[in-house]
Amino acid sequence: MSKLMLGFGMLLLACGCATTGGDARDPFEGFNRSMYGFNQAVDQAVLKPVAQAYKQGLPEIVQTGVRNFFSNLADVFISVNNLLQGKVIEAANDGMRFAVNTTIGGLGLLDWASEMGLEKHNEDFGQTFGRWGVGDGPYIVWPVFGSSTARDSVGGVFDIAVDPVSNHKPVAARNAMNLVRLVGKRADLLDASRLLEEAALDKYVFERDAYLQRRRNLVFDGNPPREAASLNQSSETGDLSEHSPVQTPAQHDAVLSLSGQAEGERLRVDGR
Amino acid sequence: MVGRALLAVVAVVSLIAAGSTLAQDGAPDVLVKTVTLEIIDLIAKDKDLQSGDQKKIVAVIESKILPHFNFAAMTRLAVATNWEKSTAEQRKQLTEEFKTLLVRTYSSALSTYRNQRFDFRPLRAKPTDTDVTVQVKISQGSREAVSLEYDMEKTPYGWKVYDVRIAGVSLVASYRTEFANEIRAHGVDGLIKSLVAKNQGQGLRAERR
Repeated sequence: MSKLMLGFGMLLLACGCATTGGDARDPFEGFNRSMYGFNQAVDQAVLKPVAQAYKQGLPEIVQTGVRNFFSNLADVFISVNNLLQGKVIEAANDGMRFAVNTTIGGLGLLDWASEMGLEKHNEDFGQTFGRWGVGDGPYIVWPVFGSSTARDSVGGVFDIAVDPVSNHKPVAARNAMNLVRLVGKRADLLDASRLLEEAALDKYVFERDAYLQRRRNLVFDGNPPREAASLNQSSETGDLSEHSPVQTPAQHDAVLSLSGQAEGERLRVDGR
Repeated sequence: MVGRALLAVVAVVSLIAAGSTLAQDGAPDVLVKTVTLEIIDLIAKDKDLQSGDQKKIVAVIESKILPHFNFAAMTRLAVATNWEKSTAEQRKQLTEEFKTLLVRTYSSALSTYRNQRFDFRPLRAKPTDTDVTVQVKISQGSREAVSLEYDMEKTPYGWKVYDVRIAGVSLVASYRTEFANEIRAHGVDGLIKSLVAKNQGQGLRAERR
């Protein structure tokens, strides 16, 4: 761990924290990119290989049990956060999930609640603050934790403060549980990270934009106001054209070039 | 560490949408459902597809999925304001390369498909609407469901997808910043060049597999 911190310190020194692309949402791009590179290196060297071994070596049922166990513990504060956001029914749902899975689910190893139709939610303090109207703030990449924003970082401090695993004693057991949770999470993301590798021209930018969109979607529970995509960016002076909501194709002239012809042919073949 | 956002990308899996045999004037949600089920069925029956045979997967995507995407529109939306500054030839190349990139990404996603459950949400739109969003929820075991949304527009050739949002992450918007950065640094031709390089690199990797 001390080695890791040393590496982190050296990176901090090495990076001039200069902005490169000039994206208004990412004023610390220079720093963030260094940190992203650092995280990638740690991932390639340690976390990813361990996660691969975990995924290939352990029976599916064990992996599911691990996932369920930590997911169940998380339901407690997902419920609290729903309550803080005034979503009483959702909060009750999450409380029921915890009650069901902790008892008949064998301390959370089985997820009977989902079978019973009690939906799993995704909430945290960052989302609660967002719901209360706090904007994202600058994008920040933390060592090991990865993508975040100013708001989500503060939220994350609260998340960790109340996290049952991080508060578990003795410390050795706590560390072991944290490690298993981290490896399990990484294993679940193996396919996704391979996709990112193939999809992105610039992985840093792709992941940043995906993170910011994803968080916005979560704050609004999947229904962000469609037209006001730049809601959180209204105070920005940056190039808004890059982040403005997607226009419909009809707003331009229909250039159905390339595929148009083929489609026309198909239309004749199987059109009714 | 790779971040929660990546969860989203995993659902690219289900870019397996939109297929072929359907009536061109059918409802957009019916179209998405028919095609998705058709592809799931194909995978279930075909061992090669399950084991990730890239050639076969690409063939399925090209015959079943591509016809329902308006790549010209997707590319134009991703290139945004720089589209106006591009020549006809550049636009054609951009569209072609972007299409190739998406097909390769999809084919990779398709091979990660593992018995997810698809829940087709009822369409909330008036029959007269020409621009709709079709929502599909994908669940796998006890994991949080991932939403997949297709923004579709009615065209003379039927309903066409012009953006896909996976867990709230728009494909078009995700590429927009990347494209803008590349064009700012190296111009439109620079972007075309890096798309070509990306596609060729992936081609090599796919063959090596």
